[in-house]
Amino acid sequence: MTAWSSFVDTFFNWHVIERYSPAIAKGVVVTIEVAAAVVITGIVLGLALAVVRAFRVLVVNALIVVFVDMFRALPPLVLMLLVYFGLPNIGINLPSFAVLWLVLALVLTAFAEEIFWAGILSIPKGQWEAARSTGLSFVGTLAYIVLPQAIRLTVPPLTNRTIAITKNTSLGTVIGVGEILNQATTAQSFSGNATPLMMGAIAYVVLFIPVVVLGRVLESRFAWRRV
Amino acid sequence: MEAIVQQFFNVAIMAQALPLVVAGLRQTIVICLIVIPLGLAGGLAVALISLSRLRAVRWAAIAAIDFFRSIPPLVLLIFIYAGLPFAGIRPSPLAAVAIAFLLNTSSYYGEIYRAGIESVGLGQWDAARSTGLRAAQTLAYVVLPQAVRNVLPDLVSNTVEVVKLTSIASVVALPELLYSADMARSVTFNSSPIVLAAAIYLAMLWPVVRLISRLERRIAT
Amino acid sequence: MNDTRPPILEIRGLRKTFGDVEVLRGIDLAVKAQELVFVIGPSGSGKSTLLRCCNRLEEASAGSIRVDGADVMARSTDVNAMRRHIGMVFQSFNLYPHMTALRNVTLALVKVLGKSRAEAERIGLAALDRVGLAGKARSYPGELSGGQQQRVAIARALALEPKIMLFDEPTSALDPELVGSVLNVMRELKRGGMTMLVVSHEMRFARDAADRVIFMDHGVIVEEGPPQLIFSAPGEARTRAFIAELTR
Repeated sequence: MTAWSSFVDTFFNWHVIERYSPAIAKGVVVTIEVAAAVVITGIVLGLALAVVRAFRVLVVNALIVVFVDMFRALPPLVLMLLVYFGLPNIGINLPSFAVLWLVLALVLTAFAEEIFWAGILSIPKGQWEAARSTGLSFVGTLAYIVLPQAIRLTVPPLTNRTIAITKNTSLGTVIGVGEILNQATTAQSFSGNATPLMMGAIAYVVLFIPVVVLGRVLESRFAWRRV
Repeated sequence: MEAIVQQFFNVAIMAQALPLVVAGLRQTIVICLIVIPLGLAGGLAVALISLSRLRAVRWAAIAAIDFFRSIPPLVLLIFIYAGLPFAGIRPSPLAAVAIAFLLNTSSYYGEIYRAGIESVGLGQWDAARSTGLRAAQTLAYVVLPQAVRNVLPDLVSNTVEVVKLTSIASVVALPELLYSADMARSVTFNSSPIVLAAAIYLAMLWPVVRLISRLERRIAT
Repeated sequence: MNDTRPPILEIRGLRKTFGDVEVLRGIDLAVKAQELVFVIGPSGSGKSTLLRCCNRLEEASAGSIRVDGADVMARSTDVNAMRRHIGMVFQSFNLYPHMTALRNVTLALVKVLGKSRAEAERIGLAALDRVGLAGKARSYPGELSGGQQQRVAIARALALEPKIMLFDEPTSALDPELVGSVLNVMRELKRGGMTMLVVSHEMRFARDAADRVIFMDHGVIVEEGPPQLIFSAPGEARTRAFIAELTR
């Protein structure tokens, strides 16, 4: 066999592709489901925590800071193993899908909170003063004046961070979630061929390149960290 | 409550697992010492290539950056470690980790450097070039120092991500911190070793994370 | 006026097109040694582009530029070596914010001319002294006023001992009170015999110090002559209209 046809046979074997496409497709669905669940919960919770922080209740803020710092400093895989292996021993049995979603959602919450908070802080005090001096309440100012401006600023860093975290869905393979990588490695050991791994890689690229490019476009449109 | 302490904060088991975990920490540090400088250098090279005057070269560099930012690092690692052997190349776990991380982190660092260089105004180039400095000298003495200063929080933040990323090396059985802790867990059926590992990660990274928040806030306001 | 002096800067038939806009449409200009030539004109007339073509920050589309006889645009010309002979001062100063004033001045001396650090500092301090800022050698641009920054920028170009200095609206970005300090430095340079090509609208300065004033509009030189003539009794209608606008 020539080097080229051997290469194709190893990584692009048509029979293997045919045989395992359904499995990979199933993995894609699972990946998208987990990612969607993580993104929605993470961003909503992150925004909620940032809003709570705006009320400047000292104890609550301290707790938020501790939570956020912890989940930004710990590797997601560590958290996943802790939850997956540890919780059952104290009576809490979560399916692996739930563990993956829970851990990644909390990590995204932590990062999102920091991003939203920085956005809120960057709104000049003059905005608050102007709004309050027209009689608008604290909550009203937050809702109508500050948050709309702050959120617009957060789009680029939030997009980038969200992409990074949703790619961590691949870690689910370690605890048995049937996402793309899991399907790919299983198929690879059954077929004795590396093609499923290539299929998995391509599936990820196809899924994420549009989002990465979108992030790049948003970044240039909303550049907020220009010195 | 008692059960939680027993399962997660069992000091006796932590003490037992400590030597193994410390050995793992040492391996993690070794990985970081290899991967972070490689990534910083690789990222700079990629960023400079992406500034080429030739449009085709620029696009190729940006396409490569986006490609390696779209693939999850674990997928890249597994591909290199488990896939390449089918093509006759058998990298060791450390080599596979080094290659995968080089590709991944160069793309992220490269993107950060690029944004930094673009943020330095054209006037600086004009001034330096008009005194006769070459493009390379202008880059080295005038533009890059300012570029790095502008994106320092991002560079630090990404480095924290790289340190956290080393934990995935456990999947290819590289005996770094998480792998060692997990090994201790499976032997003792107790999660305290992993809590120990978590504490070590926190000790290493919490101060840096705090610092990043402070830096980010100073730039935003 | 000694008319047998060779021109330091000789521009013939200079043309420059950006996309489909022709910004310079055939400029012929000669600046003799020790002359101060002043260029005025409305924005968009190509004045800046003219200057930037001289040290090839822009590449001319056609025509020739010679500095002290050497062809600036030839492919064989070492651009970096050539640039040392052409000093440029920008409207926005463009000082390096991460370096002291002295280092701003000595960087090219060390990296382009290969001088030792000690030698470069000696030359640099002398240049800063000429612009009256020897005392600010260790200050950073952020600690200096606009006028001081521009004077450091002048010292930076001066230290390389250029044959001609190009000034692109040097005072336009300055608060009015600071303009005088920069113009004084420029007057000093003229007195010291520097050849200068200045784009600016500081008319009083032109009346005092310029040997020749050139009026540019839409990429061509409309009129040129001694300042008294151009400012008081210009020949062309366009020139008259522009001067009237300036002095309103």
